[in-house]
Amino acid sequence: MIDLLQALTNGVFLGAVFALAAVGLSLVFGVTNMVNFAHGDFIMLAMYVGFLCWSLAGIDPLFAIPIAAVTLALVAVLIYGGIIRPVLGSTQLAQMVVTFGLLTFLRGVVQFAFTADPRRVEDPIVGDVRIAVGGVAVTGAQLVSAVGALVATGALAWFIHRTETGRALQAVGEDPGGASLMGINSGRMYGLAWALAGVSTGVAGALLINNFGIDPLAGATFGIMSFIAVALGGFGSVLGAAFAGLLLGVVQGVVGLYLSGYTLTAALGIYLLVLVVRPQGLRGTR
Amino acid sequence: MTAVEAPPVTSPEVPAKRVPWGRYAGVAAVAVLLIGYGVVAETSFSQTIGVLALTMAIAATGWNILGGYAGQISFGHAVFFGTGMYGTTLLVTDGWSPWLTMVPIAVLAALFGVLIGLPTFRLRGHYFSIATLAIGMMVMSILPNVRPLGATDGLSVPFLDEGFWNLTFSLRDKTEYYYTALGLFAVATVVTWLFLRGKVGSYLEAIRDDEFAAAAVGVPVWRYKMYAVAMSAGLTSVAGSFHVMFVTFVDPASSSDLSLSTAIALIAVVGGAGSMWGPLLGAWLVIALQEYTRTYLSTTGRTIDLMMFGALIILVVVVDPRGLVHLIGRGYRRFVRRS
Repeated sequence: MIDLLQALTNGVFLGAVFALAAVGLSLVFGVTNMVNFAHGDFIMLAMYVGFLCWSLAGIDPLFAIPIAAVTLALVAVLIYGGIIRPVLGSTQLAQMVVTFGLLTFLRGVVQFAFTADPRRVEDPIVGDVRIAVGGVAVTGAQLVSAVGALVATGALAWFIHRTETGRALQAVGEDPGGASLMGINSGRMYGLAWALAGVSTGVAGALLINNFGIDPLAGATFGIMSFIAVALGGFGSVLGAAFAGLLLGVVQGVVGLYLSGYTLTAALGIYLLVLVVRPQGLRGTR
Repeated sequence: MTAVEAPPVTSPEVPAKRVPWGRYAGVAAVAVLLIGYGVVAETSFSQTIGVLALTMAIAATGWNILGGYAGQISFGHAVFFGTGMYGTTLLVTDGWSPWLTMVPIAVLAALFGVLIGLPTFRLRGHYFSIATLAIGMMVMSILPNVRPLGATDGLSVPFLDEGFWNLTFSLRDKTEYYYTALGLFAVATVVTWLFLRGKVGSYLEAIRDDEFAAAAVGVPVWRYKMYAVAMSAGLTSVAGSFHVMFVTFVDPASSSDLSLSTAIALIAVVGGAGSMWGPLLGAWLVIALQEYTRTYLSTTGRTIDLMMFGALIILVVVVDPRGLVHLIGRGYRRFVRRS
């Protein structure tokens, strides 16, 4: 029973990070109607930004969060302007393939710069913290990443749903032509969506390095989980994606307890099951 | 032989069917280049490039049927490539000739394709691609736990005597592997051409361009998607069958990795999705680039092949999403117009 509770707890805490990652992807997907297959690799980049902050300047991952967020937002905007905007009017195939090229390129660059050897941040501030409640233990790293992810997800959701700019963002996602007629600059909104995706991956990456190793493929799992969460949660539904991310974390945690080799299989299995029953996703409308 | 000038026999009412001489010349030129490469390539390194390029060209030709012609972008084709690799290994271990395993295993792969198509063909665009990606990853996540398939250790192809029937040749001089791969590629191309030549090709392109419109004018969309995935999966598995006889080893990482799935798709796209020669061109370019950079430009642990590959994909797609074949065609036409 305690084991199960522990597994559930671990799952929720991991799921929170999945949720944050998925929100960024969902935003780009919802606004620009385009899947960024390199999304997980943005997280990987953020992890290296955090690692550089620590190894070069001794900045703890906790304080590297804003640095990683800003850096990734800049990177995302540059990528949007450089290679995404030219293919916006192109076929879906071209759009998908360009982000696959980006994924390959980013991994290649990082592998060239840092080699494939795994890196690790030693002795982060939260490293020694360990809280136990009735037999269920939570590490400081888990706590920080979950709380950070929830706060960031909440902030993003608030921004999208409650601010003028956020509503403009949604309007562009629903009908770019109509939004233009209302005086919304859709190109700028696309850029903003990418920047926000950069922020969400930046925060997620910096949170993750407290307890995850860093290597060029470190983002792969998070990327896959984000895609699945978005597909599970439903097109354009930011909250649906966040919820699905949380669910995926819990599934992984619980399945890992009983069948340790099958965590990824289970997460993918749930997705495929939902696909058969409800192709539009849990909260999707179309 | 004497060349006789044939007088025009057709009456003006029935115009003569135009013989596509340009196309014949193109095919002949490609054939000469490919056959010539086998003669010129003397080092083991360049022969390996040739064999790998042709193998990937077969796989990408398979992908192209579903992705390029029918417009269903799959990122899970490693499943079919892996089916070929594992299936042939198992049957060869049982004493089959590798050649005899290819068709039954391809049929099995086609069946897998149809099974995957059942839930995923209801999805459109990105959703289909993500679903195939997920299925591919799911297979990869299960394989390391499957004992009969060697789990994480994988399987080795048993040692066979050299000879055509055993699809086993000298590894010192890989010329025989090269020409076998070339023959297989030629067969795959002809089969694909025959498959796409008539109604099927037009139907698939109609589905790609607008699924709803195609359905509205009476194209049985569902059934033709199934034909496409079956053919596509079968061809890709043949590439896997051949590949495992070349490398004589298969494990989860080498057979069903996401990077293999994406490589198959990206090779076709870089070359030109939906064109007959795209996969061939893409495979040669990507494999040559990859092998050269890996061998000559990599210091310990620092490789630039990934970076180059990524940059190449981005460049090609941003410049012309229809791929290199179209870029070359555009350049050629401009050249002709100028001269």
